[in-house]
Amino acid sequence: MTALWIAIGVWLAAWALNVWLSASPISQTRLGKLLVPLVFGATVLVLWEGLVRGLGVAPVILPAPSAIAAKIAVSLPILWQDFAQTILKGAIPGFLIGAGAAFLVAIAIDRSPFLQRGLLPIGNFVAALPIVGLAPILVMWFGFDWQSKAAVVVVMVFFPMLVNIVAGLQASERMQRDLMATWGASYVQTLVKLRLPAAMPFVFNGLKIASTLALIGAIVAEFFGSPVYGMGFRISTEVGRLGLDMVWAEIAVAALAGSALYGLIALIERWVTFWHPSQRH
Amino acid sequence: MKDKASQPVIEARGLNLVFQTADGPVQALKDVNLTINQGDFVSFIGPSGCGKTTFLRAIAALEHPTSGTLTVNGMPPDEARRRRAYGYVFQAAGLYPWRTIAGNIRLPLEIMGFSRAEQDERTARVLDLVELTGFGKKFPWQLSGGMQQRASIARALAFDADILLMDEPFGALDEIVRDRLNEEVLKLWARTGKTIGFVTHSIPEAVYLSTKIVVMSPRPGRITDVIDSPLPKERPLDIRDSREFIEIAHRVREGLRAGHHDD
Repeated sequence: MTALWIAIGVWLAAWALNVWLSASPISQTRLGKLLVPLVFGATVLVLWEGLVRGLGVAPVILPAPSAIAAKIAVSLPILWQDFAQTILKGAIPGFLIGAGAAFLVAIAIDRSPFLQRGLLPIGNFVAALPIVGLAPILVMWFGFDWQSKAAVVVVMVFFPMLVNIVAGLQASERMQRDLMATWGASYVQTLVKLRLPAAMPFVFNGLKIASTLALIGAIVAEFFGSPVYGMGFRISTEVGRLGLDMVWAEIAVAALAGSALYGLIALIERWVTFWHPSQRH
Repeated sequence: MKDKASQPVIEARGLNLVFQTADGPVQALKDVNLTINQGDFVSFIGPSGCGKTTFLRAIAALEHPTSGTLTVNGMPPDEARRRRAYGYVFQAAGLYPWRTIAGNIRLPLEIMGFSRAEQDERTARVLDLVELTGFGKKFPWQLSGGMQQRASIARALAFDADILLMDEPFGALDEIVRDRLNEEVLKLWARTGKTIGFVTHSIPEAVYLSTKIVVMSPRPGRITDVIDSPLPKERPLDIRDSREFIEIAHRVREGLRAGHHDD
């Protein structure tokens, strides 16, 4: 039980520390802004560890963070292999292909009102298909390896990207388009110099949503057939063997990869849409 | 330039423009006849809905007349637009927030395919013309409303079109800034000899600036009076207290009132 009391003590102390940090001038500095969430995260881990040890929770229900960390440390080659298969080969190519295809279709829709009436409902229909129904079919079509996972990701990413890009292309003001007209600008010039820059805040919204969908798609698609590696494969087989520490290790990798991808997109967004009121500081 | 003076630049004959709206057709312009000569400063004044903006937009080929003829430099407005016959200044500055002030002024030059060196040279020149030298590297949202509007005028001047169309360019600015910018526009006009079409709500602004004042009235939008101003080309701000000025202003007011009796 001492572990539990220590954990609760650390929790209360860290709580007090964060309250003090947020009120003090340190919280305005760069370091302070980083410190508060770090202290919070560390506290969650300590509390988790204390609860699991102090209450004697079975590892199958919830392994302690230290047990998960130990498992990660000894399984690095496997984790890396799974990561490469699922994220680098499945999620990221699928994400890029899906976003790229959505971009091309958005331009086509923009040029033709006919396509706008035809393609958007079809995109909507495809987006409404449940992934657990779609994934097995795509595995049948594209095989067990990463290609079928990338295909699932393409399907998942395509529609949210399409909707956002189409909306973004409408985002320029009428006056700004009129200006382009008075200068005799062509369609492509107007697109490149006005409408695409104006669409960027929408595009990045879409990319952020799509990045999380891509990870989910790539992992879940592996439940329906994969080679004997990959994060989804590992999770489903280790659950069967009650190797929950390995499942948690994979979850930790997925969470890190997802956050990194999201953070990277947010960083690029800040750099590209610095002019947007939501990014000005 | 002397031989080009008093040569018609914009000619409208029997111009009608009908908008199809959800509530049925709206006659925005009815039987408009007007000749604007090279070097004229023409103001369009009237209450909202009188078609003054629509007429300016029709000159710029942003709206298309339903019937009648309209020529700019002797050609249809669409053709004139393709030849980049005019610069257009809107009510709001409409600067692109992702471009610097210099980048915004450079934009029409990029589109029209000027060389890099010429872009730089022209940008510097018009920035100086509107007294914004040193602000080229700022972003639009870092400047005041009056400065933004001056930048948008610089942008319209950058490619040196013969016709400058301004749609209530100072409508959103306070009176002090407005007076100053009005003076600057007059100086600019004197220096460049451009033909200027200027839409406004303000009687003093119209009388102070124009060589020709076009009074319009609504429902349907039409011209009720065209006044050729006898004021000299050189106009200090205090000309607004002179007898001629007050007489012209009075006539404009009468014209506006006459238009309203028809309702």
